[in-house]
Amino acid sequence: MILNRDLVIIGAGPSGLCAAKMAAEAGQKVLLIDRNPQLGGQLIKQTHMFFGSEKQYAKTRGFDIAKKLIDDVKKYPDLVEIWDNSTVVGLYSDKVLTVLTGETYRKVQAKAIIVATGASEKVLAFENNDLPGIYGAGAVQTLMNVYGVKPGEKIVMVGSGNIGLIVSYQLMQAGVKVLAVIEAAKVIGGYKVHASKLRRLGVDIITSCTIKKAIGKDKVEKIVTVRLNEKWEEIPGTEKEYEVDAVCIAVGLSPLTNLLAMIGCELKYVGELGGLVPVLSKDYETTIEGVYACGDASGIEEASSAMVEGYITGLAAAKKLGKVHPQYDELMVDLRKQLDILRSGPFGEKIRKGLAKLEGVKEVC
Amino acid sequence: MMRIKEHPILDFSKERKIIRFTFNGQEVYGYEGDTIASALSALGVKEFSVSIKHKRPRGFYCAIGNCSSCHMIVDGVPNVKTCITLLKEGMKVETQTNKGELYDLK
Repeated sequence: MILNRDLVIIGAGPSGLCAAKMAAEAGQKVLLIDRNPQLGGQLIKQTHMFFGSEKQYAKTRGFDIAKKLIDDVKKYPDLVEIWDNSTVVGLYSDKVLTVLTGETYRKVQAKAIIVATGASEKVLAFENNDLPGIYGAGAVQTLMNVYGVKPGEKIVMVGSGNIGLIVSYQLMQAGVKVLAVIEAAKVIGGYKVHASKLRRLGVDIITSCTIKKAIGKDKVEKIVTVRLNEKWEEIPGTEKEYEVDAVCIAVGLSPLTNLLAMIGCELKYVGELGGLVPVLSKDYETTIEGVYACGDASGIEEASSAMVEGYITGLAAAKKLGKVHPQYDELMVDLRKQLDILRSGPFGEKIRKGLAKLEGVKEVC
Repeated sequence: MMRIKEHPILDFSKERKIIRFTFNGQEVYGYEGDTIASALSALGVKEFSVSIKHKRPRGFYCAIGNCSSCHMIVDGVPNVKTCITLLKEGMKVETQTNKGELYDLK
């Protein structure tokens, strides 16, 4: 048996929830699918307050933003159907999705699809990098802030981007000792405000330094770090050993484009956006008509931009299905302006560069 | 115990229902709202499975259902993503040491 649905949104993180809200506001029926027991994506583990502007809930803690966004979609119980604990395992070119919920396998025929699957944490190559106790920084954040469990007692953070810095601070809030934050680049990657907070608490942030190997039998017990020269080569004799029971890897995210690849959208490698990303129109439609992508799945940015992209995509997809939001034009102008503002300034440079590379592709096709 | 007791922002002091389960035959417990992975982590368990070829120990890596590093055998079903599967009373959780074998649907 195949179930028929109009608009299916895969992923109920910031982008998917915002897309669902806008589509519902336009009068469009939505099926929202998420593989986790809780909706909200990675917002549910963010205990820090967001930057940006009021429109993207600045000065609000991430988990409170998640509650707001979930409340937003729950205002439309007749329009928004939610399947949680459900993993989309297949996406086919005739817009058929296959979904696994526990032992129940369902097939859904959609008219339009929004892929808002988010991102996954990158791994780093070093000796014994597979030992238990070596975690993605986001994993540690989930474990601590959602489930109230510490990953260990003594930890080293690898990577000083915003995730590395914020999670280090949150580890300390949970009572974990952060022995050091190490960074392979010459400069700290994240915002100065986060780095200063850590330094005030006495945490060393060591630049031009990387992890050489992990040591341990069944779990990580020690790590060895090493300093790097200008050419990113190891400097012999600079090895340092730390006794740890956990290591956090915070070296960036990759867009989760597996489903987009499966349905056959055109993807392009753009390093600045985290890896393979879908080629999109300005309404976030992929090269397959009626299939959209937004949020981190379409390129790594902040949760704030993921929300705005979600709103835009929700509006566009609903319009495609004949449901035009009463304030469609004004909203689109305002949302695009919000995105421009979020991507302005020195920290948006990488994203602007990445998007410019994609721009070139669109002109060709 | 790896449970956080005091936290400046989050409140973990609320009493939660105890959920009993077995880990490799041993009777243990976690709390309502735990995933299998968080309950095991709280008990200090880090090894969830072993790698298929070289039999190296594996723990979870991403905790959001993506990396497949947390697969375990749960109630006889292999390859269960324990990081996104909520703990239930009486669950039988086992370390997975192979690719997983065919099982009968209950």
